[in-house]
Amino acid sequence: MSHVWLPFWPKNAAYSASLVDAIDIAEFCLILLILCFVFGMMLLFCLRYRRGSGIPRHEPNVKSWHWEIGWTSATLVAFLVLFVFGAKAYLFLYKPPAHHQLELYVVGKQWMWKVQHPGGQREIDAVHLPVNRVVKVILASQDVIHSFYVPAFRLKHDVVPGQFETFWFEPDRTGSYPLECSEFCGVEHAHMIGTVTVMSDAGYAQWLADQGATRSLAQQGFALFRRYGCSGCHDPASTVHAPSLDGLFGSVVHLADGRTTVADERYVRDCILIPATQRVAGYPPVMPSFQGQLSEEDLVRILAYVKSLSAGPPQ
Amino acid sequence: MFSGRLQEQYTDVTQQAETAQLGMWVFIATEVMFFGALIFSYVISRAAYPEQFRLAGHDTFILLGSINQALLITSSLTMVLAVRAAKADQQRALVLLLAATAALGLTFLGVKGYEYAQDAAAHSVPVIDYIFKPGEQRPTEIFWCFYFIATGLHAIHLSVGIVLVLMLLVRAAQGAFSPEYDAPLEVIGLYWSFVDTVWFFLFACIYPLGRAGP
Amino acid sequence: MSAADISMAAAVPPSYLGEAHTLSSWLFTRDHKRIAILFFISITFFFFIGGFAAALIRLQLLNPAGTLLQPEVYNRIFTMHGIVMVWFFLIPSIPATLGNFLLPLQIGARDLAFPRLNLFSWYLFTFSGLWAIYFIFIGGVDTGWTFYEPYSSNFAHGHVIAAAVAVFINGFSTIATALNFVVSTHRLRAPGMTWFRLPLFVWAIYATSIVMLLATPVLAMTLALVAIERFWGVGIFNPALGGDPILFQHMFWFYSHPAVYIMVLPAMGVVSELVACFSRRPIFGYTGMCYALISIAIIGFFVWGHHMFTAGISLTSAVFFSLMSFIVAVPSAIKVFNWTATLHNARISFDAPMLYALGFVGLFTIGGLTGLVLATLSADIHLQDTYFVIAHFHFIMVGGTVSAYFGGLHYWWPKITGKRYPEMWARYAAILTFVGFNFTFLPQFILGYLGMPRRYYTYAPDLQTWNVLSSAGASILAVAYVLPLIYLTWSIFHGKRAGPNPWGATGLEWRTSSPPPKHNFPRTPLVTEMPYRYDPRDGSYITQDGLRCGEADV
Repeated sequence: MSHVWLPFWPKNAAYSASLVDAIDIAEFCLILLILCFVFGMMLLFCLRYRRGSGIPRHEPNVKSWHWEIGWTSATLVAFLVLFVFGAKAYLFLYKPPAHHQLELYVVGKQWMWKVQHPGGQREIDAVHLPVNRVVKVILASQDVIHSFYVPAFRLKHDVVPGQFETFWFEPDRTGSYPLECSEFCGVEHAHMIGTVTVMSDAGYAQWLADQGATRSLAQQGFALFRRYGCSGCHDPASTVHAPSLDGLFGSVVHLADGRTTVADERYVRDCILIPATQRVAGYPPVMPSFQGQLSEEDLVRILAYVKSLSAGPPQ
Repeated sequence: MFSGRLQEQYTDVTQQAETAQLGMWVFIATEVMFFGALIFSYVISRAAYPEQFRLAGHDTFILLGSINQALLITSSLTMVLAVRAAKADQQRALVLLLAATAALGLTFLGVKGYEYAQDAAAHSVPVIDYIFKPGEQRPTEIFWCFYFIATGLHAIHLSVGIVLVLMLLVRAAQGAFSPEYDAPLEVIGLYWSFVDTVWFFLFACIYPLGRAGP
Repeated sequence: MSAADISMAAAVPPSYLGEAHTLSSWLFTRDHKRIAILFFISITFFFFIGGFAAALIRLQLLNPAGTLLQPEVYNRIFTMHGIVMVWFFLIPSIPATLGNFLLPLQIGARDLAFPRLNLFSWYLFTFSGLWAIYFIFIGGVDTGWTFYEPYSSNFAHGHVIAAAVAVFINGFSTIATALNFVVSTHRLRAPGMTWFRLPLFVWAIYATSIVMLLATPVLAMTLALVAIERFWGVGIFNPALGGDPILFQHMFWFYSHPAVYIMVLPAMGVVSELVACFSRRPIFGYTGMCYALISIAIIGFFVWGHHMFTAGISLTSAVFFSLMSFIVAVPSAIKVFNWTATLHNARISFDAPMLYALGFVGLFTIGGLTGLVLATLSADIHLQDTYFVIAHFHFIMVGGTVSAYFGGLHYWWPKITGKRYPEMWARYAAILTFVGFNFTFLPQFILGYLGMPRRYYTYAPDLQTWNVLSSAGASILAVAYVLPLIYLTWSIFHGKRAGPNPWGATGLEWRTSSPPPKHNFPRTPLVTEMPYRYDPRDGSYITQDGLRCGEADV
């Protein structure tokens, strides 16, 4: 059903948009049906049973249970069907993808979107993407809550300070589409807009090359890793007993209080900012906190570096 | 005030008394939601930073907290006995018990004030005078925020209760209460028990931390 | 009027309006009817302030290059619109005016349980409202009525703490009123007035009051924590200091979702009264309607997460909240079906209150069904924080609650003031409201689907047509709201005198004079009948205290 033109309909540039549209259109049709029914009944009764009409009335019945149970059950069933379709689609749209071909980091700050490609290419208020590729986006906020919204994909995700949010999409049509912030974030909230440009693979590769030779995100992260002294403890040659970062990302970590956790984006972030809450079993609690010293963009670079030390998904 | 006069919207004094009681119960329900919201946010924060909260809780003064617990439970007892005294027309006992309730409440506030002074001396006052102890990071300050907000709010509610009990005391000394008219005692007694109950929950949240097992 | 009505009118003491005329007799009154009037005055004032803000918003949005308001000012205007309309108009509107006036009358009591508390509630309300407006005018707040963290504690310029304090104090007013209503309904019903003989308006006010009592304290604590955080720089919700901004959202919406039921349940109660009276037949499924009201009140406490589907909450909790959001729609649907069924085998007259009531049913149904779209998880990802949401809640709150409020005002106007309003003008206003409303908000569904986010002072040029349509509708709506201000005021001085029961209605409030005396009834009523004992065959009716009457000479 994708890419059929409908009047007053927004552009459709991803499979997610087709999925959301299909459910929405079905829902709108159902709603229209219900409205026609209810309004039709109301109009009919208002005309037929208006005060001056000669229609004979009978004594109003007080036993109404069979009607009420009937329309209550029908309503409940209809609503549950809508719920199930919507929930299934939501789980598909929001669950992290098993595989992705591209990983982008987006930092939202008042009032711009800063996008970082894994090769180190950076853009502001713009996102260039290859078509038909699953793109995983990691969102971070420098200040307040923003929301990364691409109407043409029918997708948005809030960008919450203090944590990484992840979501994904797969554009299936080339073109330019608006990007908007949809969580009020201050004076220029309405101007925190940009453009998502979906290009062919070749076009995207060309665009990347045109950005000039830059260090990859992981390389930039490594530079920060050394500048802030992380390698002083975490380097294999260090005398300090600190957990090794090789293969860390994605592995299971045993914490000092007995819990286990997966070393995902959130874990890496918490280790850097509030290490006291992520004490690893068997290691002394000596890691200092870097809260307030690293910007979200720096955190994202260091995260990319840590990920590069694992056998992560192909870039 | 507390005259026992029948108001126009009631048919008899019993209806007036029962309505006042229901009103107090409903009010207490709103207060449960109020403190409940605070305790909820405390529980969530504690679940996010269990180690840090344990570290912070270790610095609370459990002896003072426990003394206060004992004071307040005793004051609830004296309040209940005061209501009983009114029903049994024991005027002198009524006055003494109300005075004891107020005194115990005031003592609680005194101990609390002393505890706040100790907290300040230990530099546990967030933002104003806070020093991180070894191993502590930001979340410990959140614990202390809750400590001051919760105990501060409780102290305000207790102060209101003390004022009400003193008002009852004045009227009791004037012989206003009898087995036929004890509604204000019951209603304010209910409020007093509520303030006591809140303290139970606050005590449980604040003091045992860092002293029990994991 | 029947002979019984005339003899009753001759025997009564002076009305509550006439029994004293000094300012202090108003400012220190304990009479629930006078307090209702005091609330009415304050609420009308706040309504027009909030409406003025809405007018500015729609004027700004006529043009994507709109320069009527600077962004900073625009943000403060929409914040003011939200805060004033939600807390100082919608939440108190029906309960504090119609509820205060009618609850004791409908249950056959002489006043509410705690009259002084009632007066105190008005002082708290008016004081906090004026406080809010003062701070808005000397610089304002720009966080939106939702005060999201960490923007509100750490980034917003403006009087955030003052605004939070205003809402906090207003919360006490809400709680005081609700406490009064709950306790009065339990304890002060007239002999024979059992629970299932109560008018649906009383049930609705009761259900609303339960929600007010349990939800408002949570808001109070949440805003108190925000104020503490902003003032002292501590980090309960602020992530830079170790806090959790999503915790704020959970706590805020735990109150604010039930709050929307606070806003709509009383309206449903009013509509039931109007539909029954002007259809001249009992409400279809009275018991089901009672249970529906209570169900909405209870289930409404378990749906708050649907405001956070895109905020990063766990998928499991999102699924739970979506399911509950669909379930809470079922009792509302039952009510719509029951109102429609009440029109069957009826004897309908289309006086202004009925026009408003029918408008409510239509607009509420549209609003409710679009709520289903938002409850649908996949749709919400796209539509959250867009104009679709704005259209949805305005359909319910404005198309719904405000219509019902106006309908109730017109219906009970003769009882409250003793005067009749001009019927033709009222019908014009009702129709104009319906037309203007649809023009204003239907285009906003389209704007939302096309991706226009909320709280934007500018937008993509291709969306201008819909915005212009919406603003044009708003101008019609403005006229429709100003009209009643004019003719209702006129009617106080020049309207025809009203008898005790101009509509031929069955409630106890119609068994006393218009306006009622200070203590409501010459003798305590004895209730023997169910409510809404109207007979559509000839329009006759039996009042709740057993008086049989022919069709009213309206």
